[in-house]
Amino acid sequence: MTTDLKKSVILHAGVVLALFVLQFVLPAYHHGNMARIMVLASYAIGYNLLFGYTGLLSLGHALFFAAGLYGAGLAMSQFGLSAGPALVVGVVAGVVIGAVVGGLALRTEGVAFMIVTLMFAQAGYLTILYFGAYTRGDEGFVIEQAERVLLGADLSDPLMRYFAAFSLFCAAIFTCFLAVKSRFGRVLVAIRENEERASMLGYDVAKYKLGAVVLSAGLSALAGAGYALLFGYVGASFASVQYSIFPLLWVLLGGAGTVLGPLVGTVFMFYLIDLSSGLTTAYMLIAGVALVVLTVFAPHGVMGEVRRRMWRWLP
Amino acid sequence: MDFGPYLMLAIMEGALTAAVLALTASGLALVFGVMRVVNVAHGEFFMLGAVLAWWVSQLAGGSPVWGFLLALCVVPLLVGLLAAFVDMTILKRINYDPERTIVATIGILYILQQVTLMTYGPEARPVAPPFNARIALPWFEMSDGALQVYWPWGLSTTSYKLCVIGAACVVLLGLWALMTKTKLGLLMRATEQDREMALAFGIPVQRVYAIAFGLGAGLAALAAVLIVPIQQAHYLMGGDPLLLSFIVVIIGGLGSLPGAILAALLIGLSDGIISVFFSPTLAKIFATLLVAFVLVFRPNGLWGANNS
Repeated sequence: MTTDLKKSVILHAGVVLALFVLQFVLPAYHHGNMARIMVLASYAIGYNLLFGYTGLLSLGHALFFAAGLYGAGLAMSQFGLSAGPALVVGVVAGVVIGAVVGGLALRTEGVAFMIVTLMFAQAGYLTILYFGAYTRGDEGFVIEQAERVLLGADLSDPLMRYFAAFSLFCAAIFTCFLAVKSRFGRVLVAIRENEERASMLGYDVAKYKLGAVVLSAGLSALAGAGYALLFGYVGASFASVQYSIFPLLWVLLGGAGTVLGPLVGTVFMFYLIDLSSGLTTAYMLIAGVALVVLTVFAPHGVMGEVRRRMWRWLP
Repeated sequence: MDFGPYLMLAIMEGALTAAVLALTASGLALVFGVMRVVNVAHGEFFMLGAVLAWWVSQLAGGSPVWGFLLALCVVPLLVGLLAAFVDMTILKRINYDPERTIVATIGILYILQQVTLMTYGPEARPVAPPFNARIALPWFEMSDGALQVYWPWGLSTTSYKLCVIGAACVVLLGLWALMTKTKLGLLMRATEQDREMALAFGIPVQRVYAIAFGLGAGLAALAAVLIVPIQQAHYLMGGDPLLLSFIVVIIGGLGSLPGAILAALLIGLSDGIISVFFSPTLAKIFATLLVAFVLVFRPNGLWGANNS
């Protein structure tokens, strides 16, 4: 093991350990918030694999999150599946939709890719509204507490919920860390830096990009399905444009192309919006200002700056 | 009502949508054409136009005619200046990088929308139309071998709606004249063709960009002032015009003004007709998928040369 790899393993294990310990010291309100943040950060990690490492900016990731959310939610409410199989259904739904959307959208690049993903997500959102008889549209539906039991653990219990969110986050960050350190991840970075050169070197760029979309969609769907199970609510607002913008915002803030960036960005933005929504209903103003300030002044984000100035080995 | 008059009514509504859409979308197409950036905040400039129109007409008081005329003159100018300011302070700093511009304009979208929510509030407010006479429309039918004229109940339009369609045509003609007959239009077209070369010839590209961005937003605001006596002003009203303008600009071929106007006619009319006969949600699903597939398979628009 090289020293750089050793350092990054120690850092990430430390962060995971800190998150584990945190549940014993946090007051109830922040305890609940942290569980939510870890699920959303898993979503951001999925987004970051595509945006940060592969350099593909999608504006339609809410589609994948919602695929997991509704895949799991509808499997339970309509087909009476238990929590475990429902989670699998959610992830499979995300992977399949990711493969289809990726296959189509990757025929375009740059601005067109952004618009195509945005449009597919919008069509998905409208489809959820259109089938309001099953999805209950904007109002959404609740998954009964009695059904939210996974491997004998009641997910509506705060302690269990924290632990489940923690496990989900660990799975996401571990996948991301492995993917980034693997040959696959290195090819993705090569595509981000110079797609033509990567293709000249003999890599099947199209295949790798599709792989990145599918992996990213799968992780986002896992987070979506986890959200449905942990918080018991499934609503169309999670499929709206706003939930495609949020992961972009979290990743930009935390630092695109860093493993820890999504977590940092999600924690920061979650509390910023939480505090400001106490003051005004126009809390999305904060998100707007953050987006503008980040693009103009700090395109590398928090962890990106850390990597640039202090820890050059940060993955 | 029979099918015929019903269709006629749908076409009348569609023509109104098409007129307003042509104005909004030509603004978006102008910005994309000249600057090669996508302005996601375009719909919010539209919304701002409607909200400011309400504000100006309240300030003016008195007869709705004067309030409306004042709004018509002042509001597009105000919104245009604001957009030019945004261009000079934000877009210039990120050097018009296409992807970062989209992210920044998403931020601007939320800023404009939420500031409106904080100041103007969540209510929808109407603006009184300057004139609004109901005009009943006749319908012709062959019966017993003779042409019969009758006036179906409900088949009508208003003088104001017809006037909006006329005004949109006049503005679009003016835009065409501006782009083809004036020095400013020449500068914009030169910048559009080759930015570097334009710079080399001493064209103040930065100023042309600010003007184009302001003009694009001003067109959206003008469309909003025209439509606000029919639709009410609301802080979330920017979403639909943005989506429809996107559809129009993409189908008409990115950045092409005549293409955008043609596509606006097509989309506006079919939107009016489809929404009357089918569920509006279903119509929107098809429209968004259409945009996605056009971009995937015909990236230069339906009528553009396919040289990808």
